[in-house]
Amino acid sequence: MSARDNILNKLRSSLEDTKPRPDDFNVDLVTKPWSYDSTQGKIKQLRAMMESVRTEVYQTTQAEWVSIFADVLKQKQVNNLLYAPTVKWGTQIENYWAKNTTLPTLKTYDRPVEEWKHELFFEVDASITSTLGGIAATGSLIVWPTTEEPRLMSLVPPIHFAILEASKIANNFYEAQQILNWADNTPTNALLISGPSKTADIEQVLAYGAHGPKELIVIILEDA
Amino acid sequence: MSKTEQPRIPVLDALSQHFKENAHMALRNKQLRHNMRTAMDSLITKRLVSMPDENERESLRELGNHVRARALSKLPELLEKLEANLTKRGVQVHWAETTEEANQIIFDIAKRRQAKLFIKGKSMVSEELNMNHFLKKQGIEALESDMGEYIIQLDYERPSHIIMPAIHKNAKQVGHLFENKLQTPYTDDVDTLIQTGRKVLRNKFFEADIGISGVNFAVAETGSLFLVENEGNGRMSTTVPPVHIAITGIEKVVENLRDTVPLVSLLTRSALGQAITTYVNLISGPRKANELDGPEEVHLVLLDNGRTQAFADAQLRQTLNCIRCGACMNHCPVYTRIGGQAYGTVYPGPIGKIISPHLMGLDKTEDLPIASTLCGACGEVCPVKIPIPELLRRLRKEDVRPPEEPLHYVKGQGARFSRKERTMWNIWKSMNTKPNLYRKFSYLATRLRFMTPNILAWSQNHSKAKPASYTLHELAKKHLGDKK
Ligand code: SF4
Repeated sequence: MSARDNILNKLRSSLEDTKPRPDDFNVDLVTKPWSYDSTQGKIKQLRAMMESVRTEVYQTTQAEWVSIFADVLKQKQVNNLLYAPTVKWGTQIENYWAKNTTLPTLKTYDRPVEEWKHELFFEVDASITSTLGGIAATGSLIVWPTTEEPRLMSLVPPIHFAILEASKIANNFYEAQQILNWADNTPTNALLISGPSKTADIEQVLAYGAHGPKELIVIILEDA
Repeated sequence: MSKTEQPRIPVLDALSQHFKENAHMALRNKQLRHNMRTAMDSLITKRLVSMPDENERESLRELGNHVRARALSKLPELLEKLEANLTKRGVQVHWAETTEEANQIIFDIAKRRQAKLFIKGKSMVSEELNMNHFLKKQGIEALESDMGEYIIQLDYERPSHIIMPAIHKNAKQVGHLFENKLQTPYTDDVDTLIQTGRKVLRNKFFEADIGISGVNFAVAETGSLFLVENEGNGRMSTTVPPVHIAITGIEKVVENLRDTVPLVSLLTRSALGQAITTYVNLISGPRKANELDGPEEVHLVLLDNGRTQAFADAQLRQTLNCIRCGACMNHCPVYTRIGGQAYGTVYPGPIGKIISPHLMGLDKTEDLPIASTLCGACGEVCPVKIPIPELLRRLRKEDVRPPEEPLHYVKGQGARFSRKERTMWNIWKSMNTKPNLYRKFSYLATRLRFMTPNILAWSQNHSKAKPASYTLHELAKKHLGDKK
């Protein structure tokens, strides 16, 4: 008999004559203490949580964000930026870049990682990705990587910018799962990102930039 | 490490038969005790601060317990469902009854891919397998990428805590270690040390052929592997190399995606006092044809290694509720004083004392169930309400059960059984249940109190326990007589 059969048989015989426990999941418990009154309330909570772990947050609008973004890039002396030209934000970036010089060089993730792994790992300064929304309770971004914005885009570059539409902030993780109909739409990879990479492994001293981005910058768009 | 540093506890060959010696050695190590004490105090505070509302905390623990218990009550069915859903998504599922089988499965994948370098996210199950050691013998390097794990791997040690493997070291010790092993200038600045680690490991992520990870929860409903971490090494290990192998115990499955909501909240708050970790990573398949990154192959190895044995008994089954938060360690007065390495087992502290006997057998862990004050702190903080003290008492019973008695649930049962001790207790029992005998004995004991022998273990640190001059019965009689 295979290991699989042995294991399953042992488990089954231990459960003989027992009934499965009822499902008494209590939705209130995981939602009520984690609900905020309005979009503003959610933004406030999300910001507080994110900023407490050293995330930079900018609140702005669809019309204005690119110029703010460009300023931050300059301030941080970013030389090049990884972006997705085919998403809505990418088009806005391209239009702005076309009219302004002295902005960081734009790079795209348009081929399998193997073809440019070295460049991605050692030469890209910053990236910008969209999000599917956020979670106010814990200060998290919901990111489901796609062909346009692959998984490593939010992980490898030292600075990660993320666009978050205020209307897509859920109160809590449970609500986010419902809104996205997550259980039926499971992607190959889904992420919650709640700050820049960090560790407290040495003497419990918090240090940022362990393996992932050293900086996370969230741009909240309010009229989206 | 410089000569002035305290010697570390040699753990590589330390089995728990040496628990007592290890504990003595650890107690003499002032630096270790200082490091542990400070760290645990701070973790205790952080947990409380993150769960200020007692009602919320207690109801959530109750829910956490129910979610885990429900999953275990249909474990075989959920495992099959998990397997079916993962397989549908292109993840290859393997089953292993023993650590040897698991290692072999992993090695076979490595051989097929001609892999030379593994990069590992944090995984306690891989410690159970002693996987690094196994792979090394096959000429494959397995490098830890969690900063804490990396540090102790450099120093040939084993994790001393399931969440913070290098918690027993301070920054100075790490500074010296890096200076010696990585030839970097000495510093005890934590930021600089972490950046050094980042640089070394980034190259390794880049080169690695296979990434290894553990699993926090395996979601049967969606076929997802749910992983939490702060550093990003977990994401790197599971995303950059062309092959990702996840290893987990068979008990880690939960029924629905929504079940992860209370569990992740309990886990991160109990462990480090965080509302959530920086990254929550749900993996439900390898790279699809149109995707540009992610592993080409994803494997899940489901390991038994003693778990079906714990599962066989309804009381002991509760051990498998554990979500590996480490809170029981942080609150344990024994663990805090001796550190994790003294246990000589993969899982230290209270959870180790109840799970290691199942993984290794009581004969190899006979001292663990008694290495507890039964103060109850572990049971009080456990986010999924495992009654650890109750289970310890149960294991103590199994430890001294006569070997000829049937109904053995734990392998190596009766390890501490001693016929002499049993006889002594039987004599004691009859003395205390037969009034005539009892009266005679207590009369003699009080009158011959000057002959009380030294009971070594006790009188080393306490004054001799002498019987009183008169028995309680005599005193009571006298007292009541006087009153009349
Ligand atoms: S036994 Fe409870 S407290 Fe200890 S690690 Fe497991 S879940 Fe956490």
